[in-house]
Amino acid sequence: MRALAAALFFLLLGGSARAERLIVSVSNHRVTVTPNYSGEELVLFGSVEKDAATPADRTAYDLVVTVMGPRADMVTRRKERTFGIWINTDYRQFLQVPSYLALFANRPFDRITSPEIARRQQIGLNNVLLTQRVGGDYADVVPNDAFRSAFIRLRTQRGLYREDASAVTFLTPTLFRTGIPLPAEVPIGTYEVEIKLFANGAFIGKTETAFEIVKVGFEQFVANTARQNGLVYGLVTAAMALMTGWMASIVFRKD
Amino acid sequence: MQLYLPIADLPVNVFLVLAMGAAVGFVSGMFGIGGGFLMTPLLIFIGITPAVAVASVASHIAASSFSGALTYWRRRAIDPALASVLLCGGVTGTALGVWTFTQLRALGQLDLMIALSYVVLLTTVGSLMFSEGLRALMRTRRGAVPPRRTHNWIHGLPLKMRFKRSKIYLSVIPVVIIGIVIGFIGAVMGIGGGFILVPIMIYILRVPTSTVVGTSMVLTLVTMLFATMLHAVTNHLVDAVLALILMVGGVTGAQFGARAGQKIRGEQLRLLLGLLILSVGVRFAVELVIRPEDLFTIRELGVSG
Repeated sequence: MRALAAALFFLLLGGSARAERLIVSVSNHRVTVTPNYSGEELVLFGSVEKDAATPADRTAYDLVVTVMGPRADMVTRRKERTFGIWINTDYRQFLQVPSYLALFANRPFDRITSPEIARRQQIGLNNVLLTQRVGGDYADVVPNDAFRSAFIRLRTQRGLYREDASAVTFLTPTLFRTGIPLPAEVPIGTYEVEIKLFANGAFIGKTETAFEIVKVGFEQFVANTARQNGLVYGLVTAAMALMTGWMASIVFRKD
Repeated sequence: MQLYLPIADLPVNVFLVLAMGAAVGFVSGMFGIGGGFLMTPLLIFIGITPAVAVASVASHIAASSFSGALTYWRRRAIDPALASVLLCGGVTGTALGVWTFTQLRALGQLDLMIALSYVVLLTTVGSLMFSEGLRALMRTRRGAVPPRRTHNWIHGLPLKMRFKRSKIYLSVIPVVIIGIVIGFIGAVMGIGGGFILVPIMIYILRVPTSTVVGTSMVLTLVTMLFATMLHAVTNHLVDAVLALILMVGGVTGAQFGARAGQKIRGEQLRLLLGLLILSVGVRFAVELVIRPEDLFTIRELGVSG
């Protein structure tokens, strides 16, 4: 559905002449997470293709790569001291925010483009849209909001949110690469990658690609069963408990 | 050897968890208790969320109490009538407990409630047991006879029933109520409740020591099996891989614990157990009072799309 919308969007845009074309590819479109997976790094390659419409003075490009994991609702809670003990008092709900979010660029975000364009194009963790439910309203708040910054800080600590303004390297003036680190506790699902191209501070185009993270093996089977067939899972666990107890009483029987 | 726990969603060292299971099993075998009140805090301590710890420990306790109950059954040390009356209350209490657990989790206050109930319950039971053990120890030192047991108000209640194997004649009302209470706190706190149930049955219901442990194990077994089922169906929090490692460690440790326990005198055993329970309670209290490292926490409400 989303892919269809994106395709339509590009068709509509297709009318206007585009000077540069971005061609990208990730090293692996399907990452399998096995039980002993301890994180890995994907590599994104790409090149900027110029055509006849490209102004001759345009030589230096800037790139911002945004990787977004599957979206989820999350709650951030704050503890406060009440009656001498620390209790969760206030909370904010973040709606459909990416479970993994990485922003990479070839040089600091504030030198790539102006603050207004950065905000519009969601460049940098401070500018990414993180919708909160505040009472009955849905809105993003100022970047220095306590809940928003705590949310980003905690996700960053777990390696799930990151920004790195030196991760994109240009191998030639038009050929670039960047690594996408995926930590051990990476959420499974479809990851969208957005590559935005800038020149002289102006946004001149973008392209998208995607990859998928799937977990395989016994652990994933257990997790799926627990979520989808709670009753069967409970019965099997209960039976396992009884078997273990019974075996122990046989093995250690003192006769 | 690292193993990834599917529900707890974190990698753990198998041998560490196995050793924890064995250590708790040793203590539980020594004192004749389930050990849930030690296991759940230990799991929380190694980073497993309280919710998953509580739900997974339920199945671990079911395993250890089943192996215990089988042994007591062979020795005819279980009172089936008393156990069934207790179970009527126990099953109701467990259902109530799991329901409360789900509600608290939605409110974001589950971790606090688990910690608070640990503080209240463990410090109370711990100090009572400790002081009782101390008094008993003093009495034996002085060579005094223990006070004679008398009937209390509990024995004046209506709906009396004869429990043949325990040789007591007792109203079913307090028995059912005790069952409900134990089932409830078991489901919310991830404990079997044996360490509370046994003293209550001895001191309040006057159940003879010959059937008390076996009968309490039957209650623990059924309520914990029921709790495992309910936690699995409603909250999807039971980590079977974690539970299996704990069970294997636990039942093995319990055998050695039981042998060690026979070498220690009853009063000293109660004194030690009281001290152990008290210290777990105090540890939880300290945790609540000191300023947490991070005031903010995040919980994911399920991935969609």
